[in-house]
Amino acid sequence: MDVPVSVKVPLAVKFWTRWRMKFLLCIIFALTFILPKTGIINPYIDMVLIYIGINMILTISLNLVNGYMGEFSVGHAGFMALGAYTASLLSVWVIPDSLNSYLFPLTVVIGGVIAGAFALIVAFPSFRTRGDYLAIVTLAFNMIIKSAIENIDGIGGPRGFMGMDKMTNLPWTFVWVCITIFLARNFIFSNVGRGVLSLREDETAAGLLSVNTRQVKVLTFVFSAFLAGIAGALYAHELQYIYPKGFTIAKSTDMLVMVYLGGIGSIGGSIMGATVYTVVLEALRSILQFAGISQEWRQVFAPLMLIFLMIYRPKGIMGMREFSFLIPEAERFQKISLNPFSKKNRNRKKSEELKS
Amino acid sequence: MNLMTISNLTHWFSGLRAVTDFNISLEKGELVAIIGPNGAGKTTIFNLITGVYRPTSGQINFEGKELVGLPTNQIITSGIARTFQNIRLFKELTVLDNIRIAQFASVCYSPLEAIFHLPGFHKEEEKIRSRSMEFLHIFDLEDQAYTISKNLPYGQQRRLEIARALATQPKLLLLDEPAAGMNPAEVEHLIELIQMIREQFELTILLIEHQMRVVMGIAERIKVVDFGQTIAEGTPIEIQKNPRVIEAYLGEEESK
Repeated sequence: MDVPVSVKVPLAVKFWTRWRMKFLLCIIFALTFILPKTGIINPYIDMVLIYIGINMILTISLNLVNGYMGEFSVGHAGFMALGAYTASLLSVWVIPDSLNSYLFPLTVVIGGVIAGAFALIVAFPSFRTRGDYLAIVTLAFNMIIKSAIENIDGIGGPRGFMGMDKMTNLPWTFVWVCITIFLARNFIFSNVGRGVLSLREDETAAGLLSVNTRQVKVLTFVFSAFLAGIAGALYAHELQYIYPKGFTIAKSTDMLVMVYLGGIGSIGGSIMGATVYTVVLEALRSILQFAGISQEWRQVFAPLMLIFLMIYRPKGIMGMREFSFLIPEAERFQKISLNPFSKKNRNRKKSEELKS
Repeated sequence: MNLMTISNLTHWFSGLRAVTDFNISLEKGELVAIIGPNGAGKTTIFNLITGVYRPTSGQINFEGKELVGLPTNQIITSGIARTFQNIRLFKELTVLDNIRIAQFASVCYSPLEAIFHLPGFHKEEEKIRSRSMEFLHIFDLEDQAYTISKNLPYGQQRRLEIARALATQPKLLLLDEPAAGMNPAEVEHLIELIQMIREQFELTILLIEHQMRVVMGIAERIKVVDFGQTIAEGTPIEIQKNPRVIEAYLGEEESK
């Protein structure tokens, strides 16, 4: 282990290392206001950026269950739908128009809470056993939610629901992404988070080391659904129109692709995965349009990508590794942090290879 | 003082009787060994005690509390810890994390405090970390705290497993073949280690072991199990002379 050598660090440097992340975030936050106004970001790019943000939240949410915990949920679009519909119904029917913009954060949170509450119902029977069981239950859940919404005429049925104001803008999306990353990171680097990792490694051993496996699973699943609900609420207030077909298993597949593309067990990976996937799909849209091929082919792309990923790069872009700025300071020495440009990391990798 | 009493413990694996009417009573501070040929049902007894399997019948009384039917994590938190015959570390996690996970139940902040990083969280995390480092210090693994545990040498992995079990703060430690795969020098170290932790943590130890060097060296009482049944019980010297034990291990005398 490297013994930290105490060297006198100038106060300014200390101050800078301590606050640079927050400083950077503030600048980006300011830019999310300025750039769309000045027209440097046109409405199309603005929209793509918002989708990237929403997809980041979704990916982090699913990564908690599929990546960190090693369970397999395939129905997260169901939770997203719950969040989207709850928030939309609230802002159209319940909250008066004049208060809509002030109460938007609350609307989003309630969307998340409702999704979390449903997750609790799903979690109790599903976590009695391990393995494929959760996949089947969440698959069924996804379908039930979709058909339930289709059959409730009061909320539009299969025609969908609209009337929401466009509340989700770039600054809001940025704030919610930051909150999600902060919460998810704190969750992982806590006692329950370590319990989650131990479940992935060896569930029996975890139980035999006093980990309350049941509680950890339920908590993680509910937290994950809460985040998916938030993403759904943001999505509804961006698109201003939601319909049950938008929350099918295809949507869940998109999330799976983003998780495995970015890499399991990594928040940094989820950020990368969501960004790359969203951008690639948008690029594909223009390419297909240009080539005069039907847009339907985009739907082939996601499953195909999932298959190739699983075969050729099962660990994704940065599976199980993390950007060092996403690791809390107290934990920074122990996780393998990934900075592709750092020489130290490359050397360490080499020495590890030599050892084994 | 009595710590644990197991009475008439029986377990069936569908048609196969793995453990039959197993009885044992452990006094506080004792070191008792269970020996027997392969497949005699020794590990099954450990799995029954720790709630991995639910016994077909029988009682396990630990400090006046009935353990049968409790979930595993509750049995562990009431003061029983175990190690595994085949090492079962959390391979991809660091040595420090392995120890910290074992303290899961003793952490006293709520998940909400954790995700919002409220003040209680940092204090408690610091406490867990320093306690974990103490454990690693006792087991001479301090320098490896940030090593991914699968990269440790075999002997250290064994030691980490014992350290991890002790991090749950048990009163009774179940050791399942701790000397498996060790060379004679490592076995000597292990014997010293077991005696050391026994005194330092005031442990009662129940040991499964094949290596007679370990069993005869440290056990005060030995129970011999074969085909799920107890065939002999006594001090090491008594056991060594017991004809039924010799028969189970070496075969009958006529067949020579």
